Amino acid sequence: MNYEMVIGLETHVELSTESKIFCSCGGHSAAKEPNDCVCPACSGMPGMLPVMNKKVVELAVTAGLMLNCEISRYTTFDKKNYYYPDLPCAYQITQFNHPICTNGCVTLKTSNGERDIHINRIHMEEDAGKLVHAGKASYIDNNRTSVPLIEVVTEPDFRNVEEVITYLNKLKTMLRSAGISECEEGAMRCDVNISVRPEGSTEFGIRSEIKNMASFEAIEKAIRYEVQRHMDAIEFETEELVQETRRYDDLSGKTFAMRNKETAADYRYFPDPNLMPIIIDDEWLKAIKAQMPVAIDEKSDAYREAGISDKEIDVLIHNHIASTLLDDVVALGCDAKNASGWILTDCAGILRKNGKLLNDLEVNAEDLAAIINMVVRGTINRMSGKKILSAVIEKGVDPVAYCKENALDAKVDTATIEKIMDTVLLENSKALEDYKNGKVQAKQAIFGACVRALKNTADIDIIRELLDKKLNNL
Amino acid sequence: MKEYTVHLSEKGTIAVDDTILVKGVQSAAGSRILEGYIPLFSAEAVTRLECKGYVVSGKTHVGEFGLDLVGEFSYYAEKEEDLKGAAASLVAMGEVKAALGVDVNGAPRRAAALSGVDFLKPTYGTVSRYGIISGAASGEQMGVYAGNVEGVSEIMEVISGHDEKDGTSLKGATYDYSTDVVAGKRVCIIKELLDNVDDKTRERVNAFAETLRRSGVVVEEISCDLFDLANITWQILMTAETCNNVSRYDGVKYGYRAAEYKTIDELYTNSRTEGFNFLTKSVILYGSDVLSKDRYDDCYGKSLKVRRVVAEKFEELMKRYDAVLTPVCSQTEYKAYDISEAFEIVFKESVFTSIANLIGIPALVSGKIQLMGKHFSESVLLDLARCTERVGE
Repeated sequence: MNYEMVIGLETHVELSTESKIFCSCGGHSAAKEPNDCVCPACSGMPGMLPVMNKKVVELAVTAGLMLNCEISRYTTFDKKNYYYPDLPCAYQITQFNHPICTNGCVTLKTSNGERDIHINRIHMEEDAGKLVHAGKASYIDNNRTSVPLIEVVTEPDFRNVEEVITYLNKLKTMLRSAGISECEEGAMRCDVNISVRPEGSTEFGIRSEIKNMASFEAIEKAIRYEVQRHMDAIEFETEELVQETRRYDDLSGKTFAMRNKETAADYRYFPDPNLMPIIIDDEWLKAIKAQMPVAIDEKSDAYREAGISDKEIDVLIHNHIASTLLDDVVALGCDAKNASGWILTDCAGILRKNGKLLNDLEVNAEDLAAIINMVVRGTINRMSGKKILSAVIEKGVDPVAYCKENALDAKVDTATIEKIMDTVLLENSKALEDYKNGKVQAKQAIFGACVRALKNTADIDIIRELLDKKLNNL
Repeated sequence: MKEYTVHLSEKGTIAVDDTILVKGVQSAAGSRILEGYIPLFSAEAVTRLECKGYVVSGKTHVGEFGLDLVGEFSYYAEKEEDLKGAAASLVAMGEVKAALGVDVNGAPRRAAALSGVDFLKPTYGTVSRYGIISGAASGEQMGVYAGNVEGVSEIMEVISGHDEKDGTSLKGATYDYSTDVVAGKRVCIIKELLDNVDDKTRERVNAFAETLRRSGVVVEEISCDLFDLANITWQILMTAETCNNVSRYDGVKYGYRAAEYKTIDELYTNSRTEGFNFLTKSVILYGSDVLSKDRYDDCYGKSLKVRRVVAEKFEELMKRYDAVLTPVCSQTEYKAYDISEAFEIVFKESVFTSIANLIGIPALVSGKIQLMGKHFSESVLLDLARCTERVGE
């Protein structure tokens, strides 16, 4: 008999906010020591009350809009009760009854054509802390406690592993491009709901939920193992399937039962009286929409149209900082293809030299646009432009002032350029002769030779201008 | 081992009860489970008082998490006489000018009536709950004990007002405790609330009504079935929220930890078994029951709906009257009893007080009776109480 797997995903994503969801502690990902980023609120001390971080709502709504969800205009928080030492209040603040987004849909391109995956809901919640076990003792690190998460819950729409991985990749790309999450190692965790049924059947089989997997590789392996286990159980009656929660063990490549339906915890959800319902009115929703990046597909198309290479597009749609900077610089009048090179080649190169990544880029669009424009206008050559850019990135100088102070614009000395150009013309006397005899293509060869000779001294447009003048005066 | 001291302080200073945090001073909500817990910050109300030059002189005994009748079940107070170390009696004795107390289930109001001082539980959201060892967040509110309504008004003006650290603190509301004439105001007495009280209590209510009438207030006795409904509804919400809020006291992070344990579950169980008193345990059990999956819809979920119904009906009533005049307790004297009976006794006595916690209305205890009115009607309640104080003089 042929079987079909039915899979639904619950993906927890850590949001890129400056502070935690209900207090002002920040920077947990940069924390060096355990409990560096804790305050009385996120360590569960009495007397502290949660105060909603508005940015979390905005990022969750952005995610919802990108996944074509309905955005709830009235959304509330609930408390989920359970005891665990990494949960200082013994309850997690989450959304149960009125999640912020519902009824979404995302279309995947798979080898079997397009597939629609429906999103049941997206809700906001706080993360738990971490336990560190050493010898006989266990220690609690609350750096991660109350870090904002969204949980994206799909309908059981996946029918094979490829769809699952395609979806996760698409989700990751979307969230990163919009600056919702960096999706770094461990910042995206998945619970996978799996059941198996005979092909053609419309009823669902008995479901197991595999908890908390952080890598796509583990997810793929776990699904393959679990589906086989289910098929064996159905086909050969190797075991009786029960609805249960399981965990995947990376070393053995197997899943193990954690708890079943009978022993499942009753989380005793109830509305959190400390957090007033959040009302998302038209004005707020409009403001969030205005901040939204263009959808990835549209964005890629727009970049492609501007002449940016596919390789660069791939970097741009994954990097919110780079793409935002590019969009801003383009808005200031720069050419997209040219600016993309400045960001992805020159800025990235300077950062690399300083042991940093593109994500660390802190250049404002006005400064970069000023440099690009100086080069385009021929006020300075590209070399000088790079020099100024280095100073801007490394020392935060003002590009125009820096250029003047270091007399970088003085290098454009027409007389010098013309002198070099004369030498080039002498060296290429054959081509010059051809040109004089009406062979128009010969001009291109001369121009190329001039550019090669003057690459580090003058800008292309200046060379073209001076050469034209020279040739016209022959 | 019970070395918890109450700082009896100079006259003119303010005492706060043990559910209110004062930076650097043990704050334990009268419970062993928080033994040794020294807060890193003070409650917003304490800070506001200190900014205005008031001296917050010390902490007073309070029944564990404020769940009992009048403060009789504090872990740190051994004998009944220790009730004298509670906020209401310090005010009555003139040891302090005023005191702050948290009203989660009527205990400060009953204590005030017992000691003959005033206590105002203001409209929910008036005073920041930042720095309260929280029990039932949706109805608890900090209030003021003082010897007379002037004292209450004075302190209320300092501690009221929006605080961004508390999401339930009301934005934009202004608080006015100035006086107005009472003649022509209309007050009702609830017949059902006088049925099961002792004669002395009934007389007290009637005498208060007479005084009001002499000042030109219209007082009418009416029948109203809201109070029993409000009580059972609040007991469900209050126990559930308290159960949830005290679940963080697990012996792991701070406060009391049992000496004997082998596993994390034993650490939890033993610490909580030894750390909470019988009343708190009853509240925890009751609260987890009404939140459990099978019972939620019939208990907690329904109570949230009933709360709205009660609020609407009370609002209806307040279209005809300016205030309700009720007893605070069924008896004028406090009689000691065993903690095993506490849950039922407190439940029964809360019929007079629960509605104010449930729907967030103000309740003023003065002259050993209680006045309640619609949201933000504090100044009306204070005026009505003031006219009987004047007669007393």
